[in-house]
Amino acid sequence: MSGQEEFFGTLLDPERITPNGLTTWNGSDATTRFAIYRNNVVASLIDALAKTCPVTLQLVGEEFFRGMARLFIAAQPPRSRVLAFFGEELPDFIEHFAPASSVPYLADVARLEFLRVRAFHAHDASQLPVQTIAQFLAKPDELPGLVVELHPSLGLLRSQYAVVSLWGAHQGIAEISSVDPFVGEDALIIRPQLEVEVLRLGSGAADFVTQLLQGASLGSAAVLAGDAHAGFDLASIIGLLVQHHCISSMKH
Amino acid sequence: MNKHSFSVPQRCGAPAFSQSAGLPTRVGLGLKSEHFQQIIETRPDLGFFEIHAENYLVDGGPFHHYLTRIRENYPLSIHGVGLSIGGESALDKNHLSRLAVLIERYEPQSFSEHLAWASHGDIFLNDLLPLPYTRQTLQRVCDHIDQVQAHLQRQILLENPATYVEFSASTIAETDFIGAVISRTGCGLLLDVNNVYVSCINHNRDPYAYIKSLPHPSVGEIHLAGFAAEMDAAGAPLLIDSHGAPVAQVVWNLYEYALAYTGPVATLIERDNDIPSFDVLFAESLQAEKLLRAALDGRALQGVSV
Repeated sequence: MSGQEEFFGTLLDPERITPNGLTTWNGSDATTRFAIYRNNVVASLIDALAKTCPVTLQLVGEEFFRGMARLFIAAQPPRSRVLAFFGEELPDFIEHFAPASSVPYLADVARLEFLRVRAFHAHDASQLPVQTIAQFLAKPDELPGLVVELHPSLGLLRSQYAVVSLWGAHQGIAEISSVDPFVGEDALIIRPQLEVEVLRLGSGAADFVTQLLQGASLGSAAVLAGDAHAGFDLASIIGLLVQHHCISSMKH
Repeated sequence: MNKHSFSVPQRCGAPAFSQSAGLPTRVGLGLKSEHFQQIIETRPDLGFFEIHAENYLVDGGPFHHYLTRIRENYPLSIHGVGLSIGGESALDKNHLSRLAVLIERYEPQSFSEHLAWASHGDIFLNDLLPLPYTRQTLQRVCDHIDQVQAHLQRQILLENPATYVEFSASTIAETDFIGAVISRTGCGLLLDVNNVYVSCINHNRDPYAYIKSLPHPSVGEIHLAGFAAEMDAAGAPLLIDSHGAPVAQVVWNLYEYALAYTGPVATLIERDNDIPSFDVLFAESLQAEKLLRAALDGRALQGVSV
């Protein structure tokens, strides 16, 4: 085993003893000193997860979150030097993490928080001016054939929990006591300019947007969404996409 | 004053890279996203800003938006923390290529990295880990720096580390190791004065002697930061390079001493944890600027023969 192999293995595994070959000027036990590295590695990675997932942390408390994050890091340490996206497997980890099972919506809240980070750092793109969109929409006959390109920061999350309301309650947007976590919500995440927005979608809208992302025309996306969801409101989702600058281009 | 003789000759056969004009001989601050808006609105009188490269290896969004605007008005230092130059593993070529793209985009006056390792295999540990100083590790570090400088087509600065343990395998003193890397690769030195102090206290060495034994003409930038104090298993002081506190007086003193040897050099105040308001950091930068100006005026050189 090479020196760094041993050093490395010991950093991530608290059960292992301090590596051989370390010295201290005063002959003191190197374990105390080595622990600084171990702590730096783990604490900095936990901090990175906590920064990405502030609401997830609030839902379970600092101590629980850090303990859970520590186990996650030992199981799935970062593979990229870019820590902004570190931990995208954390929501799946949470879903199977038995001690968190009493908070069944925790994984989806974490998913929402990772989508926010993705949107924050996503490619920038120009947005179609509202006037141009209005010109397209003014010709109802041509609407079904329109193909819409959406902003690269756009993300979608479908949840069987009230993920948008739960997240919003922790931003001071809604009262937590008024949120029933077991009412499913779909979320659209978008960063039109510099701020990431989290929007609740109406019935069928997530299907509609998914179709658009796959290149379907407005007409066929609307038919699919409408067939699957009786409450699908085409005008409302188009209004939302326009209002929040989600549309990069439109073409026939 | 005794002259220190280096165990390796200076700049023997080191490849020459076109060196950019370098950072201005001023004080700079680490750029924090918390301060983007204020910097753009108030245009503080600072010599430069420094970013951590890895924070900007993202496609778009506010980080690039603000950095682009700030770069229009300030020189820039890009400081990498993820190349793992001291690692046993091969350099991550993908990471190196992404750094090259970032450097091409922002045309920084300086790019620097650390004498440390941070990854093993494909796992990134997000810390600056120590290495033993041997002929073998010297060769590896030089090979890695050669590779980085060839890829980026520029000279890089290498930062001296803050360490908490030493290795029984080490056969070369850290300052000699750094001197050898610099003479073999032609890279420059990012002299982190706080790291010198932290390491020297942690290993019971004289920080002034350490500074004295470095290749002073190669210093392209100085870092200043705060440390935290703990104790080792025997109750001896153990300092942590925390970047979470103001620069300590002992480090200011050491900085003044270092400037007498290096001459006036671009100086950065680093703060990465417990980040205070921009005004607090700016006030600290003025403290450094005062010492740097004194060095520029030549006052600090009095009584010191280099």
